Amino acid sequence: MHLAYPAVLSALLFCTGVYGVLARRNAILVLMSVELMLNAVNLNLVAFDAWLSRAARSALPHDTLHSGQALTLFTIAIAAAEIGIGLAIVLAVYRNRGTADIDRLRDTTERGRTDGDGGDGGSDGSGAGAGSAGPGGTATGEKAEATA
Amino acid sequence: MSHGFLSPTGVEIAFVLVGVVTLGSAIVSVTTRRLVHAALWLVVALGGLAVEYLLLTAEFIAWVQVLIYIGSVVVLLLFGLMLTRAPIGRSPDADSGNRGVALGVAVAAAAALVWVVVDAFRTTWIELDGASAGTTKATGESLFQHWVLPFEALSVLLLAALVGAIVLSRKRAAEGDER
Amino acid sequence: MTDALDVTLRLLAVLVAFLVLPLVVGQTEHKVMAHMQGRLGPMYAGGFHGWAQLVADGVKFVQKEDVVPAGADRRVFQLAPAVALLPYLLVLLVIPLGPGDAVGQAVDAGIFFALAVMGVGVLGSLMAGWASANKFSLLGGLRTAAQLLSYELPMLLAAASVAMAAGTVSLTGIADAFEWWWLPWQIVGAIVFFVAGLAELQRPPFDMPVADSEIIFGAYTEYTGLRFAFFLLAEYAGIVVLCGLTTVLFLGGWQGPFGGDGLGWFWTLLKTAVLAFVVIWLRVTYPRLREDQLQKLSWTFLVPLALAQIALTGVVKVVIP
Repeated sequence: MHLAYPAVLSALLFCTGVYGVLARRNAILVLMSVELMLNAVNLNLVAFDAWLSRAARSALPHDTLHSGQALTLFTIAIAAAEIGIGLAIVLAVYRNRGTADIDRLRDTTERGRTDGDGGDGGSDGSGAGAGSAGPGGTATGEKAEATA
Repeated sequence: MSHGFLSPTGVEIAFVLVGVVTLGSAIVSVTTRRLVHAALWLVVALGGLAVEYLLLTAEFIAWVQVLIYIGSVVVLLLFGLMLTRAPIGRSPDADSGNRGVALGVAVAAAAALVWVVVDAFRTTWIELDGASAGTTKATGESLFQHWVLPFEALSVLLLAALVGAIVLSRKRAAEGDER
Repeated sequence: MTDALDVTLRLLAVLVAFLVLPLVVGQTEHKVMAHMQGRLGPMYAGGFHGWAQLVADGVKFVQKEDVVPAGADRRVFQLAPAVALLPYLLVLLVIPLGPGDAVGQAVDAGIFFALAVMGVGVLGSLMAGWASANKFSLLGGLRTAAQLLSYELPMLLAAASVAMAAGTVSLTGIADAFEWWWLPWQIVGAIVFFVAGLAELQRPPFDMPVADSEIIFGAYTEYTGLRFAFFLLAEYAGIVVLCGLTTVLFLGGWQGPFGGDGLGWFWTLLKTAVLAFVVIWLRVTYPRLREDQLQKLSWTFLVPLALAQIALTGVVKVVIP
């Protein structure tokens, strides 16, 4: 098989993931696009491993490390761990802010909140609203019903 | 065997067909406004990639892909979507305002990457005959003879992720933060 | 040409088994449950002790109206039963019936392939629960997914233990390598695998997400007719698959006291039938576990047991070469 086929497919999938990360607003959709990018990388690793472990059969014996396949397995495991943590963060944010929209997660900026939930937003000088003070002030405005 | 670019082998044809399906479902997944459909099209894309791994004779990785990505990662994503109230039908806030810029960046990156890759590997072929290096036995031997240290480090990383996720998802019941 | 014919015949045989064996298990369940509860069960359909009850049920389901709720997501709703059912057909393809090549398709990655494909079945329930536009369905779907994800881990670990003992993940290879003293050696793993598999199938006492006194029917509440029948078929096909896998992995598959290799298929089927009887027996014996008890059982009891079994297997393999 010509090496260009998997390499080109991998590049196109990666760029699809890039579009997803930049264009999507929902945090979980962004995570999905990151998964697409990781999968594109995996395809590349597997294709190159298939090429190198056979091309090297006649040449260097120490190229039987199967590094492409081993790295693919590690990438899959790391992606699973990342999804777990990422979703825990998204759910914690949803519980606190009431939305999973990443364009609206701007609590650490100095200006007050755009939806007029004035309260503590502007007067908190240090802007450390990401701690326990922030959710207290925004709790009245945006707290959704607690999910299970 | 012939190495013609204009006379593709059966494996190449299968690879291209499955690749078209995979790429198509990935594009639908990042552009649709129905949130749960995006996750389900991602399942199709990941399944297509598993088939590609089988075509590249990496069987163990193909089944790991099915088990972990389709069986666990997508289920977690669906959980996340359902717990954050994903609506049936189109969701108005799925896409942000910078879609045009994102499309431009993605197309430019795609053009650059594809050109570089095709130019660099114009005369490289993968030999897919012979003993498969992707069987469970071969992968296991290579993993546990040469990659033991990264393997152990990975297990520590997974433990850290597990502990972190549990700590993050505990409800703060005893803190008086309801001002 | 004969190669293609061979593959087609095998696929056909597995398809016939897939359609017939779950019905046999279902009819057995009717009768066994009935007799254990002091009643008779179906007696009329087919004349002789109601043997055609499930055939009559199938005809009833086929001729029902195909209703999709108004607010539901049509395509996902209609696709969910297929996604829940097909994995079991794929797994049945790789379970060996006898020594040699008495298997639908000999897959090198054997048990790993089987468990990976079974993990995809979770998506069917999740799709069904969400697409039904029904709060109870959504709750049931989430519970189902949580349960199935939790119990996949003990199953994988127990299967890994026996794969370690055999030195191969191929199902034919594992059944080939079975010795009689594996039974006490792997007994903990066998029990963990069986219990975890029961929970994967949402069979009582693990049927909290689909029990009608809890949540109507969970993720499958809005389903009628043939799609509902597919979900039920998935449960009984799952029983056949689980008992078949336990037989091949932990009970020696086709090995029996007499008959040699020719009667291998009989011993496999006999052991599978005995395990199916145990599954039915458990249904009428134990009350169901609450959702949190269910999760606790998996994470704090089955997973440590499976890990201990792997440790024991490893130690024995190293000490006794």
